[in-house]
Amino acid sequence: MTKAEIVENISSRTGLTKKEVAEVVDQFLHCISKGLAEGKHYEIRGFGTFKVKDRKARMARNPRTGEPVPVPDRKVPVFKVSRELKELVAQS
Amino acid sequence: MVMTKADLVEEIAKDTGLSKKDTSVIVNLIIDNVCKALAEGDKVELRGFGSFKVKSRNPRKARNPRTGASVDVPAKLVPYFKASNELKQKVNG
Repeated sequence: MTKAEIVENISSRTGLTKKEVAEVVDQFLHCISKGLAEGKHYEIRGFGTFKVKDRKARMARNPRTGEPVPVPDRKVPVFKVSRELKELVAQS
Repeated sequence: MVMTKADLVEEIAKDTGLSKKDTSVIVNLIIDNVCKALAEGDKVELRGFGSFKVKSRNPRKARNPRTGASVDVPAKLVPYFKASNELKQKVNG
């Protein structure tokens, strides 16, 4: 499923124009991305939580040459799936 | 700082100029679409943000950590999110 299909579906279910819906969908993704970059977490009940986790620096290896490569500490975006969504998918 | 769906709706409505009511309806339907697609085993790809997919987990034997009794965990499907490279870079930026 793509963003265009989601916009189409919402537009036909609400009667709002595709343009209006597309704007909200884009802004939805934009706000979460921006918020995560600012260190905010987004808790959406029944769906899950978007948050940022710290990863420690570590030594990795170049799999081709076997050469050790340092990986600096960094932040990674994660999504923790809600219990409800897990159950919905598990039952399908 | 933890933001809720209401905070998100407020933020989006401010940026788009659309009413909070319409914005809230759309946000709920975005989530509904993603959940339904996953429940049907479909994946959802949102360019520049990431994708939601379903993975299958093999059955395994686990232990009840309190009693040490062996418990069978059946095979199951689990939803997960893979962040796009753009989102990963933004978060590190």
